Amino acid sequence: MEIITTIINGLSIGGIYAMIALGYTMVYGIAKMLNFAHGDIIMVGGYTIYVTMNLTGHPLIAIAVAVVFCVILGVTIEKVAYKPLRGASPLAVLITAIGVSYLLQSLAQIVFGSAPKMVRIADMGSLKIGSLKIQVYTLVTLVCTIIVMICLTLFVKLTKTGRAMLATSEDKAATQLMGISVNRIITITFAIGSALAALAGLFYLLKAPSISNTFGSMPGIKAFTAAVIGGIGSIPGAMLGGFLLGIVECISYKIPIIAPYTDAIEFLILIVILLVKPTGILGKRRREKV
Amino acid sequence: MKLKKFKHYYSTFIITAIAVIFTVFSAGIGLEKSTIYLLEKIIIAVILAVSLNLVVGFLGELSLGHAGFMCVGAYLGGKFSAIMLPNLGNSALNLIASIIVGGLVAALCGAIIGLPALRLKGDYLAIVTLGFGEIVKSIFQNTSRESFGGALGLETPRFDKEQLFIYAFIALIITLLVVTNLMNSKHGRAITSIRDNEIAARATGINVTKYKLYAFIISSFFAGVAGVLYSFSNYNIQSSKFGYNYSIEILVMVVLGGIGSINGSIIAATLITFINTEFATILTGNLAVLQNLLYAIILILIVIFGNSPALESFREKYDVKKLFAKIRKNDPSTINSDEAHWDKIPTKISMDELFSLDVTNNDQNSVLNIQDKEGK
Repeated sequence: MEIITTIINGLSIGGIYAMIALGYTMVYGIAKMLNFAHGDIIMVGGYTIYVTMNLTGHPLIAIAVAVVFCVILGVTIEKVAYKPLRGASPLAVLITAIGVSYLLQSLAQIVFGSAPKMVRIADMGSLKIGSLKIQVYTLVTLVCTIIVMICLTLFVKLTKTGRAMLATSEDKAATQLMGISVNRIITITFAIGSALAALAGLFYLLKAPSISNTFGSMPGIKAFTAAVIGGIGSIPGAMLGGFLLGIVECISYKIPIIAPYTDAIEFLILIVILLVKPTGILGKRRREKV
Repeated sequence: MKLKKFKHYYSTFIITAIAVIFTVFSAGIGLEKSTIYLLEKIIIAVILAVSLNLVVGFLGELSLGHAGFMCVGAYLGGKFSAIMLPNLGNSALNLIASIIVGGLVAALCGAIIGLPALRLKGDYLAIVTLGFGEIVKSIFQNTSRESFGGALGLETPRFDKEQLFIYAFIALIITLLVVTNLMNSKHGRAITSIRDNEIAARATGINVTKYKLYAFIISSFFAGVAGVLYSFSNYNIQSSKFGYNYSIEILVMVVLGGIGSINGSIIAATLITFINTEFATILTGNLAVLQNLLYAIILILIVIFGNSPALESFREKYDVKKLFAKIRKNDPSTINSDEAHWDKIPTKISMDELFSLDVTNNDQNSVLNIQDKEGK
């Protein structure tokens, strides 16, 4: 029975990772850049929930405000910091993203101080089925993430904008010739990614209700690892990588000998997978042409 | 080692001169403890920045785990010196031996991490090095008290504080000599050619695999050396310091100094470490964040200014280097040549255009000047 609880916990953490990883992977697929500031958008989302919870006390309002605020922030970052660098070397864009990440972290520390803040969103208790004891929030997280992922997959597959996104990630120049505004698509991608980050922040707060200015960096790095494991640029890959990493993490925590090395094990898996398959599990190999 | 051109070694000579001055001062009137500590910090930062620049600037691969190599060097070097303490005592020999051991172990790690680098590139390599840094940190954090100190950190022997900075200076000068000489040699040109165009480099017969590994190993060796110096300078090392943020801090030094410029790295590392230390006394508590905020803004502005395609004409107009070149007569960059940019194979039509008289090099619309904006 222990193993079922562990796997459910793993799936719920994996769902959070997958949500963040989707932000990374979509931005990478479309804008061809690693958005290192993505983890810090989770942090901003968390702080927004903290502030609105203190002001209104209503979780749903807090979530809505956080999503809207993160979308605005994500789009602004894209317009101000990344858009001028379109066409520049990938290294330059990456370093700017790191700069943005630093900026958000230090701004948060200036506004909220460095001491962690407690955020109580909702107390859900736990559920007992026979000898099985499951925390309700893990189920809520799992169900919500699965719903979000189904919606996202449908959006990308069925709507015009979604297919434009797929086309942009395939071939930017040809997409532009088809009359699709690549800039608009990139903006939409950042908006979706940021909204997912805000939701991930919410679920992370349900799991561990304390927030500081580095709240987003570790889940950010882990989710990034998940995106790379699954094959960066691939949407099902990000989901797969996220769930895989979550389950590995939870199982590893349960085994006393390797529990302290959980982080190391996760990154080791990443390195091994990249060595075996350099583009990740579901990543497509692109031939380089001269 | 054959020193080819004197002008490449300006910075090395200047630093040697500074080292001599400080040594004479400390022998004569003595230096304050805080000054010596600051000096050591600056030297360590410069070694780190210069060695990272080898990978980021010259090889063109992003490494986000430089602090990881430093961590390996710091722990292994520190442990080695502690083991050798009964035999060698707190002597200079112990210091030198542990620097070499720490550097070599870090270089070994560089080789292990460099091997995936042969298969991966760009963003993937960045995440692997990031993962490596976190793995190293996590492993050292969970060692037992007897082996590497675990969460409490590793104690290192107390080397004579008055003299450590002299050895640090020597290590720095050796680093500079090796890196400068390497970059001005055949091997260095091979490494930069991989950065500029890997496929073309391979086609020219350069062993890309070998040179990538080469750059990685040398870079991590010096990171390890810096780590050993760090452990001797601080007596106690904690693995939590060598996280992702520290790697980024080194990267910021390299970027602010100018990617691919050794002198720039030296200046930026010196300035940033100096300002950091000075700020730490002025800005305390929550105000200390202002400094990070400032760095972040400066970093973003510099990168956008330096790389934005839209600002290209602006950059050309106010290029400091060209301004200097104009002052110097007969500098090759001031001579307007009719040479074409051969980064695209010209077709017959563009060849006609090239050989016709009205094509000038400054013509933005010329077929031959269209550079591949998408990268290599």
